[in-house]
Amino acid sequence: MGVMIRFDRVAKRYPPGIDALRDISFEIAEGELLVLAGHSGAGKSTVLKLIAAMERPSAGAVLVNGKNVGALKPKAVPFLRRNLGLVFQDQKLLFDRSAFDNVMLPLSIAGFPARDASQRVRAALDKVGLLGRANSLPIALSGGEQQRLAIARAVVNRPNILLVDEPTAHLDPDTAADVVRIFHEFHRVGVTTVITTCDRTSFPGARSVVLDHGRMVA
Amino acid sequence: MIWLLQHRQALALALLRLKASPLNSLLSILAMGVALALPAGGQLLVDNGVRLARSSAPAPQISLYLRMDADSAQVAGVRERLAANRDIASSQFLSRDETLQRFKGSEGLRDVIDVLPQNPFPHAFVVTPRDDSPASMDLLAVELRALPAVDHVQLDSDWVRRLDALLRFLKSAVAVLALMLGTGLVAITFNITRTQVLMQRDEIVVSELLGATASYVRRPFLYFGTLLGLLGGVLAWCVVLAASVWLGQPLQEVALLYGLSAQLTTLSAAESIGLVALAAALGWLGTALSLGQHLSRS
Repeated sequence: MGVMIRFDRVAKRYPPGIDALRDISFEIAEGELLVLAGHSGAGKSTVLKLIAAMERPSAGAVLVNGKNVGALKPKAVPFLRRNLGLVFQDQKLLFDRSAFDNVMLPLSIAGFPARDASQRVRAALDKVGLLGRANSLPIALSGGEQQRLAIARAVVNRPNILLVDEPTAHLDPDTAADVVRIFHEFHRVGVTTVITTCDRTSFPGARSVVLDHGRMVA
Repeated sequence: MIWLLQHRQALALALLRLKASPLNSLLSILAMGVALALPAGGQLLVDNGVRLARSSAPAPQISLYLRMDADSAQVAGVRERLAANRDIASSQFLSRDETLQRFKGSEGLRDVIDVLPQNPFPHAFVVTPRDDSPASMDLLAVELRALPAVDHVQLDSDWVRRLDALLRFLKSAVAVLALMLGTGLVAITFNITRTQVLMQRDEIVVSELLGATASYVRRPFLYFGTLLGLLGGVLAWCVVLAASVWLGQPLQEVALLYGLSAQLTTLSAAESIGLVALAAALGWLGTALSLGQHLSRS
């Protein structure tokens, strides 16, 4: 299996001189599930932001599928992101749109024809167990359902890479276990998955990279 | 195909946003409609005024007075040259004797003329030019002065000059009004777009994170602004049309009192399309300027 993501001596410094990452190097193989573990402020989210070109490294190179995303022109960034599935810590759902429309958004952006897109949305909602709540507004969903909705939106595009930021942070143990199961299912079908968490025991069997104050410690 | 699909989606989203705040949308369209109706109505009034003035006044003419010693051969020569000139619509010859008889027919002048030892009037031509603009008449007069046997050329175009000057002034005033109100319209759409960007900030951020290009994000706003302008233009057209219908009858009554025939014409098809297209373009411009200013900050 080839390398899907590679960090090569990456550093990220935010003004006025705060080091979020220092000299980080690691690789993630195609289809691998990697857990980025560490305490709050360790730099886990920054790693995801660098992969999604939401931030650019201050030093080193971040290669995604062989491309240096730090050197991408702004116009090329959207096309990189269309191949990524992003699940944010705060989910970033649109609360004035139904669950269906939230999941439809990435497909609209990619220009999918309405009929194909509709089928894909239903399939994604079904996968996370929310097909029956397709017309509900996110505000009417529980925390766990909102998390599953965010996952459906991330995978509806059938991305090569899934980036997930603290998916179980605010969930009760049963709901968290349910969400973890969903990620394992996506991993099993070959999606390269990077998950940040404070508790790496949530993902037993997965390789982990541990960060501490921006440094790789394990 | 994807391009077309995304434009359709953007248009649908823009319509949804219009529908989502009907009162705001209606007030914006009203403001734009009134702002555009004023210069459009002003232009219409100026055009109608000019038409009425021209139709009620005699056509401007040029009088050619030949030398006193001009013989019939020279008169025939001038007549031929005038007939061949494409800038002249018509010409009328007035012989010395004819002019003398006309003056003798005027009360008060007969006695004066009777005591003169000889006919003081030269042969003359009265020329009606095809183009009665002052500049064209001046050019034609210069040309006619060069004709053999012509002694003096007199332009009967003072009123045309006055009308032309007044027309230029009124057109300039309408242009200034249009510029000011057009700027106002751009400012209205600029501000509406700013509010829309603030309201849709979450959606913009999420869309960009999910791979939306700048064009994808901007497109619904541009459609929204263009639609507002377009609807404002349609409203302005309706206002101008209604005003011309409403004012038509009273104007006709006033004109009749002055022995004139006047019918208020409204905007032509080309002018109507131009008005609506200009309004849409101004709506687009205001939105584009606002997006350039506010989208990067969202």
